[in-house]
Amino acid sequence: MPSPTDLNIDHVAHLARIALTPEEKTQFAAQLGDVLAYIEQLKTVDIAGIEPTAHAFPIYNVWADDVARPGLPVEAALRNAPAQRDNMIVVPKVVE
Amino acid sequence: MKYEAVIGLEVHIQLKTRSKMFTRVATGFGQPENTLTDPVVLALPGVLPVMNKEALDKIVKAGLLLGCTIAPVCKWDRKNYFYPDSPKNYQISQYDQPICLGGTVEIELPGPSRNVMGEHKLIPLTRIHLEEDVGKLNHFARESLVDYNRAGTPLMEIVSDPAMHSAEEAFAYLTSLRQTMVYGGISDCDMEKGQLRCDANISIRPVGATYLGTKVELKNLNSISFVRDGIAHEIARQIAVVEAGGTLVQETRDYDGQTGASQSLRSKEMAHDYRYFPDPDLMPVKVDEEWKARLLAECPERPFDKQRRFFTQYQVPYTITSVLVPDRALSDFFEAAAQLAPGKAQAVGNWIVNDLLRELGNARLPLAESKVTPAHLAALVQLIEAGTVLTNAAKEIFVEMFASGEKPDVIADRKGLKAAPTDTGELEQWCRDSIAGNAKAVAEFKAGKDSAINALKGPVMKAAKGKANPKLVDETLRRVLAAL
Repeated sequence: MPSPTDLNIDHVAHLARIALTPEEKTQFAAQLGDVLAYIEQLKTVDIAGIEPTAHAFPIYNVWADDVARPGLPVEAALRNAPAQRDNMIVVPKVVE
Repeated sequence: MKYEAVIGLEVHIQLKTRSKMFTRVATGFGQPENTLTDPVVLALPGVLPVMNKEALDKIVKAGLLLGCTIAPVCKWDRKNYFYPDSPKNYQISQYDQPICLGGTVEIELPGPSRNVMGEHKLIPLTRIHLEEDVGKLNHFARESLVDYNRAGTPLMEIVSDPAMHSAEEAFAYLTSLRQTMVYGGISDCDMEKGQLRCDANISIRPVGATYLGTKVELKNLNSISFVRDGIAHEIARQIAVVEAGGTLVQETRDYDGQTGASQSLRSKEMAHDYRYFPDPDLMPVKVDEEWKARLLAECPERPFDKQRRFFTQYQVPYTITSVLVPDRALSDFFEAAAQLAPGKAQAVGNWIVNDLLRELGNARLPLAESKVTPAHLAALVQLIEAGTVLTNAAKEIFVEMFASGEKPDVIADRKGLKAAPTDTGELEQWCRDSIAGNAKAVAEFKAGKDSAINALKGPVMKAAKGKANPKLVDETLRRVLAAL
């Protein structure tokens, strides 16, 4: 059983880009710890001889032919943008 | 102490498809900003990705051309990170089950001179996987502007083993990889359009050591010569740091091809944690033997294999094949002409490498628009072989043929460029006249001085106004002299 201390709530909050108060950190760390403990039960299942799988159904090769079709007009594409200029979306300056 | 470099390359190549990897809006370069998007590209709520069959065909072909093992089953994973070039906040990629494993890239290192073939080597690959490209960020003083036209374009990442040891090897690797991909129609690999991008992982170690040193990732190597220069610069920088008693740090550096210098990019506060997990929206891919066999049948002969075949089948030298083979269309042109002019492959190759390429260059035309076809060239070579036209006349005919697209014998007739005379009686008369007027040369020849015959050829050539076929003149003179 993992204890809530195995969970680095600051790291998780940073990955999700969420700012948490100290109270929220305590609360969510406990709740996420419970989730981890719940998932931990899967470890008791005997999986010898079972191939790892990403999907429950044996369905493969769902695809479409490479035929291009029109996309969105630029006005529609930018309708949700908080800010735009020169038909591009304006975001805070990011340089890696 | 002597050091050696250890280099691995990560090469991203956009696949040549009409539509995007997981939706059918068109792909394209140089289109007005944000005109190649749709709800899937923009990650609007409720959308579902659907794989592009052509992209799968192309990456499997790429794998087959490079001798990879094609995974019987592979799946899709989400690589999670926040960056404005990725509207979904994750990139669909392949984490632990890439579609292609292993394989090699055959490279040719520079030879002792341009005319001499260099050493060949096989650079082993780790893997090739398929993913989607991200949008393009344009940075300004206080903000960045995002264009999502490129987002979602099928992108394959080819990862080499850390198995190269010099900037020349890396350069040769990229050159060969690009040629092979262009041959296979997998990508146009135009680096100026971002269709091929390269990052290099570089470390150094004492010669003879087997461990890997601290690696530096070099980014923004956006032309093949920048790759060579950037890597050479980084190897020298690392050796200088170590020899000065310093310690190398694992970092990402940005190479500036204009200034030839690199600088460290701000180091990340914490290691990347992409939290890969299988994409629940996409079912896995199964590649069976039948599919592989069909794609293998569509794969062209690889450039170096073709070069080896040209050596043995046509006996053409490296100086010709090294020009023909990197260009698939040019080598096909050669082969078509060589088959129409049996036994004259080297002449065909010389005409292509010297005359055709010169004329195309002067006219700024691609081969596809050449009015000289393989049939024209083969016909010209055969006219020369038959003695119907002489070399100088043939050069003139070639230029005319390139301009007009007429058949060489038509041009030769129209411009009076055929070797003269075609009437052997007239030639024989000229020979008799020459013999009659050069008693001294005739006597010397009769006395066993073979080269004396040359003095008899001048007057014949003069009578023929330079258009006589020297071979025919020689034969006729000898025949007439023998009968004296």
